[in-house]
Amino acid sequence: MSAGDSAPARRYGPSAFGDDLRRFVSLTYTLASTDFKLTYFNSILGYFWSLMRPLLFFGVLYFVFTNIFHVGSGVHDYSVELLLAIILWTFFLQATSGSVQSMLGREGLLRKMRFPRLVVPLAVTLTALFQLTTNLVPIFVLALASGVTPTLAWLELIPVIALLAILASGIGMLLSVLYVRARDIQPIWDVISQLLFYASPIIYPVFYYNHSTTSYAAKGCVFNSTRDQYLNVYGQVCKASSAPVGDNLHLHFIGHFLMVNPVAALIAQARHALVGGPLGANPSANFALGGWEYVMIPVGIIAVVFALGVVVFHHEAPRISENL
Amino acid sequence: MTITSAPSTPAGAAPRSLLPAVSIQGASKAFKLHHRQYHTLKERALHPFQARTFDLLQAVDNVSVDIAAGEFFGIIGRNGSGKSTLLKCLAGIYDIDAGKMDVRGRLSPFIELGVGFNLDLTARDNVILNALVLGLTRKEAKARFDSIIAFAELEDFLDMRLKNYSSGMSVRLAFSVAIQVDADVLLIDEVLAVGDASFQQKCFDEFQRLKKEGRTILFVTHDMGAIQRFCDRAMLLEKGRMVAIGDPAEVAHRYNELNFGRTVHEPTEGEREGDRRADRRDADVVDAWFEDAAGARIAAIGHREALAVGLQVRFNAALDDPSFGVTIRNEAGATVFATTTEWSFGPTGHFAPGEVATVKVRLENWFTPSSYSVTASIARAGLGSDTIDLRTDLATVVIHGGRFTTGVVDLPHAFEIERR
Repeated sequence: MSAGDSAPARRYGPSAFGDDLRRFVSLTYTLASTDFKLTYFNSILGYFWSLMRPLLFFGVLYFVFTNIFHVGSGVHDYSVELLLAIILWTFFLQATSGSVQSMLGREGLLRKMRFPRLVVPLAVTLTALFQLTTNLVPIFVLALASGVTPTLAWLELIPVIALLAILASGIGMLLSVLYVRARDIQPIWDVISQLLFYASPIIYPVFYYNHSTTSYAAKGCVFNSTRDQYLNVYGQVCKASSAPVGDNLHLHFIGHFLMVNPVAALIAQARHALVGGPLGANPSANFALGGWEYVMIPVGIIAVVFALGVVVFHHEAPRISENL
Repeated sequence: MTITSAPSTPAGAAPRSLLPAVSIQGASKAFKLHHRQYHTLKERALHPFQARTFDLLQAVDNVSVDIAAGEFFGIIGRNGSGKSTLLKCLAGIYDIDAGKMDVRGRLSPFIELGVGFNLDLTARDNVILNALVLGLTRKEAKARFDSIIAFAELEDFLDMRLKNYSSGMSVRLAFSVAIQVDADVLLIDEVLAVGDASFQQKCFDEFQRLKKEGRTILFVTHDMGAIQRFCDRAMLLEKGRMVAIGDPAEVAHRYNELNFGRTVHEPTEGEREGDRRADRRDADVVDAWFEDAAGARIAAIGHREALAVGLQVRFNAALDDPSFGVTIRNEAGATVFATTTEWSFGPTGHFAPGEVATVKVRLENWFTPSSYSVTASIARAGLGSDTIDLRTDLATVVIHGGRFTTGVVDLPHAFEIERR
């Protein structure tokens, strides 16, 4: 569907992109900002309500993992890292789950007006992005309060969030358009997103495989395979283990495998950028994956998901309003 | 049958460009009607084969038409004839399966007015949002905001959420937005059924003004009066196909035929409910019909055009001064008019066995647009109660044009107002 040939006349079918980029952008922005305004100004507590969910979630997890399971108690900046991961995850979940029924939500517009269909799921991601921006404020407050020194590395958050947004919008496109055909996309995505949540280092630290010392590590703990001893980065003995090397290989596999998940890689990278810390405490995605060539895997997945989203959406766009 | 005629150029119309404003070439649109629609992946997985059977509903079938810039073009057809689908294809809501469609300039659809608003937003936000979706820039939308609100007469309700609006109010708002976006082509789908009388009139005035400015208007309606009042040209769709195009009056006529004309020339054999036939049949009503001034049998005729009812009676026995009767009933079955020779003609004379009499009743056609049927009877002389043969609803005529009043007839009349 080439948008507008040389003639002034246009092909009048609904499409994903429309034929006017400016209109596309302004529509996406308007839909997103009105939705954002609705959540923020529709109730008296507006902003606080929208923060409440991630903050409450954070509070519960923080309590559980510092006071009951002690996963984070030895870690200096566990609270900052947990909050950052939760807020990034909240953004991802809001953008993707919000996209599922987005077409149904805009049915009135879709059934009576001609506008680029892609605007609908993209506006959902953009709304989530607005919310993320406001949610970053408590993260920075908490980070500064916990004594994290602001560095230029904080700027790394921008490309990390951008990549996460690209991934989320790619998934959002797929989900929104598939939901039009199959209504059980909703529960299916609920389950998949739950899996993704546990497959990403949100409540637990980043596993990584350190090539240089051939040691396996969980965040905060470095354990040397030859000595079969777990040490945390502060030199304390975490847990003595007589586990054979095979078990460590198992951990090695999981560590690598989990990092292939783009959400995990991005959250790891975001933690690394915000908190940094001693070597191995907050491994970058590069470090955790074991080299730039491996970083290309999650980045590649993001690109493929986004491209797939665009292709599938473009294919389905003309028939959305009649299939709804 | 296809009536083709060049569009009449309305006086004062803007000069037209050579290119049509709307060009439709061989447009087709079909909908799949699944025998069982599966909405979930689970169902699809469980019934992999059943899901594939469907009927194809050809909603629009190979329609071609060019509509010139500045034309007021009517689209009529019965329910399900594809007119709304065609409009939605033009509006860019549905994609067509085959053919080509081109619309030059900005298009504003008046389709399903009143939906598409976000009920949680105020009128103010909704107006801006709708205007943007219709293709205005944010700046243009803001500049036009006041006139949109003024046209909708909703100045006092600007900051009210749409959920607190009455349906009439939101339709008015939607209409105002659609009309104020300065569209070159307006697609209007039966929106005039909504709103109160004064707002409807305002809408029509606005359409007329836009037409004078050279805007192109496509108008879908069931109101034949409106078609004839406003349209330069009209098109009749039936089962997705274009069956007539041309002069609005003629197309409206065809529409009435399609709607009511099915019962026009039914054979007289077989009895109908309400028929009264004497056991000793000294005469038979053979036929009855409506005819025009020229004596041609007709199925439809315009309001106030000369109309006559004819009936034919065959005599089986000799009869003196039999009474011929005609009753005209409207669609609702109410008798609108009845007459017999007894009342308004006098003695009819002697009829011999085997004779066939043709009787005509010329009448002033004050019927309002609807479908009318004729019941013909023959009775013995006397009080008219001794019916020999009475045949109900032998023929039907559709009256079109004229005004849609609430009365069954539109009698010639004059007002006089005295004041002191």
